[in-house]
Amino acid sequence: MSEVPSTARVVVIGAGIVGNCLVGHLSRLGWTDMVLLDKGPLPNPGGSTGHASNFIFPTDHNKEMAFLTVDSQNQYIAAGMNNTCGGIEVARTPERMEEFKRRMTSAKAWGIDARLVTPAEIKELVPFINEEILLGGYYTPSVSVVDSLATGTQMRDEAVANGVLSVFANTEVLDLLTEPAPGGPRIKAVVTDRGTIEADHVVVACGVWSPRIAKMAGANIPLTPAVHQMADVGPIDILQQSGKELAFPIIRDMDTFCYERQSAGSMEVGSYAHRPILMRPDDIPSIAASALTPTELPLTYDDFDPQMEQAIELMEMLGDAEIRYAINGLLSLTPDANPVLGETPEVRNLWSAAAVWIKEGPGIAQLVAEWMTYGYPHMCDPHGSDISRFYPHEKTEWHINARCNEHFNKTYGIVHPREQWASQRGLRRSPFYAREEALGATFFDARGWERPQWYSSNEQLFAKFPQAATPRTHEWDGRWWNPVTNAEHLQMRESVGVVDLTAFNEFDFEGPGATAFLNYMCVNQVEVPVGRSVYTPLLTPHGGFRGDLTIQRLGEEHYRVITGAFDGGRDHYWFNKHLPTDGSVTFTDRSQGICTIGVWGPNAAKTLAKIATDDTTAPYDLSQGGFPYGAVREVLINGVPCTMYRISYVGENGWEIYTRMEHGLTLWDAVFAAGHEFEIIPVGIGVYAVTGRIEKGYRLMGSELESEYNPVEAGLARPKVKSADFIGKAAYLAARAEAPAAVMCTLSMDSQQCADGYDRFPTGGNEPILTLAGDRIVDAKGRVSRVTTAGAGVSLGKYLLLAYLPPEHAVVGNKLQVMYMNECYPVTVEVAGSTPLFDPTDTRMKG
Amino acid sequence: MRVLVCVKRVPAPGAKINLTADGQAVDTAYLAFTTSPHEECAVEAAVQLVEQHGGESTVLTLGPAQADEQLRYAASIGINKAVLLPIETAEWDPQRTASAIASAIRDVEATDGAFDIVLFGNESADSGNFQVGVRVAHALGRPMVNGVKGIEVDGASVKARREADAGVEVYSLQMPVVLGVKEGINLPRYPTLKGRLASKKVEVAQVAPGGERGGQQMITLVQAAEQVSQTIVLGHGPEAAPAVVDLLEELGILK
Repeated sequence: MSEVPSTARVVVIGAGIVGNCLVGHLSRLGWTDMVLLDKGPLPNPGGSTGHASNFIFPTDHNKEMAFLTVDSQNQYIAAGMNNTCGGIEVARTPERMEEFKRRMTSAKAWGIDARLVTPAEIKELVPFINEEILLGGYYTPSVSVVDSLATGTQMRDEAVANGVLSVFANTEVLDLLTEPAPGGPRIKAVVTDRGTIEADHVVVACGVWSPRIAKMAGANIPLTPAVHQMADVGPIDILQQSGKELAFPIIRDMDTFCYERQSAGSMEVGSYAHRPILMRPDDIPSIAASALTPTELPLTYDDFDPQMEQAIELMEMLGDAEIRYAINGLLSLTPDANPVLGETPEVRNLWSAAAVWIKEGPGIAQLVAEWMTYGYPHMCDPHGSDISRFYPHEKTEWHINARCNEHFNKTYGIVHPREQWASQRGLRRSPFYAREEALGATFFDARGWERPQWYSSNEQLFAKFPQAATPRTHEWDGRWWNPVTNAEHLQMRESVGVVDLTAFNEFDFEGPGATAFLNYMCVNQVEVPVGRSVYTPLLTPHGGFRGDLTIQRLGEEHYRVITGAFDGGRDHYWFNKHLPTDGSVTFTDRSQGICTIGVWGPNAAKTLAKIATDDTTAPYDLSQGGFPYGAVREVLINGVPCTMYRISYVGENGWEIYTRMEHGLTLWDAVFAAGHEFEIIPVGIGVYAVTGRIEKGYRLMGSELESEYNPVEAGLARPKVKSADFIGKAAYLAARAEAPAAVMCTLSMDSQQCADGYDRFPTGGNEPILTLAGDRIVDAKGRVSRVTTAGAGVSLGKYLLLAYLPPEHAVVGNKLQVMYMNECYPVTVEVAGSTPLFDPTDTRMKG
Repeated sequence: MRVLVCVKRVPAPGAKINLTADGQAVDTAYLAFTTSPHEECAVEAAVQLVEQHGGESTVLTLGPAQADEQLRYAASIGINKAVLLPIETAEWDPQRTASAIASAIRDVEATDGAFDIVLFGNESADSGNFQVGVRVAHALGRPMVNGVKGIEVDGASVKARREADAGVEVYSLQMPVVLGVKEGINLPRYPTLKGRLASKKVEVAQVAPGGERGGQQMITLVQAAEQVSQTIVLGHGPEAAPAVVDLLEELGILK
């Protein structure tokens, strides 16, 4: 048995599609002195890669996953390991036909050739299908089957040939050693049954075993092994007679969650319809104890039987085919169905590259390689896959299992962009929860927080604002939405409303180094007077958006960062990673102890003036001059110690008011009592995050703000650049020096009327913006113009869209189109840049 | 023609089989179960006999409730009826098993008619006692041939062929007979999807197994010593050719 080297720059654990491609990409990026380990034999060590069905359907509604899938398919093509056969997703239900229109729209956005086909056309392509039970299909000619083992081998061999990689198969990892370091432990070594390797970086690319390996270092990779059933049935004459590995398009029988994929003379039938069957990594059999491989478990037939009947219904010939190979194949599921990538928050230089499908493997390997090389990926924004996105409660086995049990059967499901989780609800509730519930709140989940999206108590406002009560004719447009949001919007703009913002994260940075540290992290100057604040992007090293938040200066050496629920984990990691090691700054996460409301509207000041005092019980000056925009003050509200912050995300005068959790209910009741005479209402996140925001053109991290775009393009560049250095500064200066390749624009729909004669309402799910000729719009950096947010501009009477457009299209008055559900609608560019469409001078907000 | 085939639920081969800590049972945590390979061939033979000569086939097993899986597997490739002799304790000894099966066969025959041929596998894949088929034949007073690799039915007689040291032995028997089938007699088919679905509808008759404990008692199971295979690298590239030739000659492949 050969010994492993005693040191390495990086050890990659796992020689599946990800680990193999990762060492290849790291080699291309100049890494040397690498070791690749697997406890199994090569080329198939026995993980999920070895039994994958290996096909790629490129269309995905999610931009990140669509990009990585198409990129991966291109890598397979470049490797000569891509066998194009086409693929048809078939519909048995009208709902699925609607979904195919949505898929056509996403295909248009990502530049994927696809078309809708009739049952007769399906029959022509797949003569053995029972087209009589089908309503139609979604045909993608570029669907392919790839050789993931051979591609991985090729990438691995490339690194070996470059002299930068040693490979050790049949080598088991026994332990991961860490060493104490400022800001948390750092990876030190990998202990194997062939010796110990000291390493600067360790990557866990162990698929279903990843949690077990990461745990050795004290890190948590939240995924669960889960069964995907698959059977190879044959021989089948028509397939054998084709004389080809793939002579017919792959069929995805979407409404039965099943696929049929030719494999030479037989057919692979795979299922996502059976009950979720989750396992623990430690319960996976060893290689020795596995009849096939550890991830090919015996098929539990009872679970598969209903699928067989459906398969025979679709292809009668399958009934007489013999079941020659049938497995409960293991794959990785995560709580939100996205991969788990990046440096683990718990251990420095310990990386996760897990929960990755064959279809996106090479692309993700490149993404992680770039992340390790440049500090952040260049190819696309990885925030949906970033391991640091998870909050602690989301990394428990309880949560992982609950969410995976819920979404497994949605693998082929029709998932609405606003769809809410049913499991693991009510885990985080603000102190206002009981009041909100009594007001008829419909709660949406915000990383565990229950946030009112709208309130049925506000339906009474329909009498006052009849124009708000517009229903949405198409069920899809109105799903997870309620017209009462429009009424809440109008009442807030007319008088005053209260928004529960407790899901915010509050991070305190204190100490003599706090100013310098935050200035290094942020684009804008944080050294404002005490009691003032700054709104600022955080950049990646290459100048794209990494974060977007506000910072309050509470003292000479005390700053408080306010950031959103969906970015808290990632921001927490980013600040912690860069925290000075000299002890000059302390970082305290105060999110658990603080609740927040936003009080906004023309009567917000009048409402709060009745109850706001200083510590001498003197009324607090809330006038425009006395409490200027952006100011942060300690105020008593009905005796409750609060921090008031004059700011707005909805374009109205008002405050975010923070207090300790235990004071929350008293604060809420006091504000509502004071506002009674102004007909104060509770306002849902439907206004805060969509209608109020979009009228002001405010950007949202993860929607408009991604690492692929810079502040110049987003219209968030300030006139001057501070002298202090900060992450991404060089790239930022370069971006300022050149004309932007894209400009963030606000567009309005000129007509929403669909072919069937009623209005449609895009959901803001990456709908492509097209020229009048119907062509995609791609900017000079290759980025496609698509809707990043869509929503009603209720006060403007227009339906608004946010999208990046190349400069030649980013011209006010320019006429373009938006595609939604495979139909095109005329749109007009209303604003190019960040000027709000509603109240462009911000008079309502700032006086 | 009425054919009965007796099978046994055994751990699927192909992987290291672990034992429980007390050595009294096989650790089933990661195990799939199957029918002993000789019995798979017996099931196939039963299906073929009925295909050729008409009639009906029945599969019978003595085992835990989960042995339903093996009965239905047999049904999925074409066996018509199924009988389960459910037992709750660990494995029964061969004497008791044979006694229970013989008694059950008599019961079934009393209502449905005699079996012309009762098939067994030559031996079970797990315990390998080589006893049950012979004991059943003896109890039923029927002729028995073991190691059978060929069956020909001609009227009321059966020719059973089996391999001998130098040549083939052919036995002629008058039905009813008991035959112990050996792997290689045929290539068992896989179930089809339709067969699998049809097997779910087969009714499994239950017969309470009787019989006293026999003389053989399991004391403990012992894990067989792991067979260590050694790999010798003969060389790399064309230089390895002479060594390969030497080895092939040594093995008698090249002469």
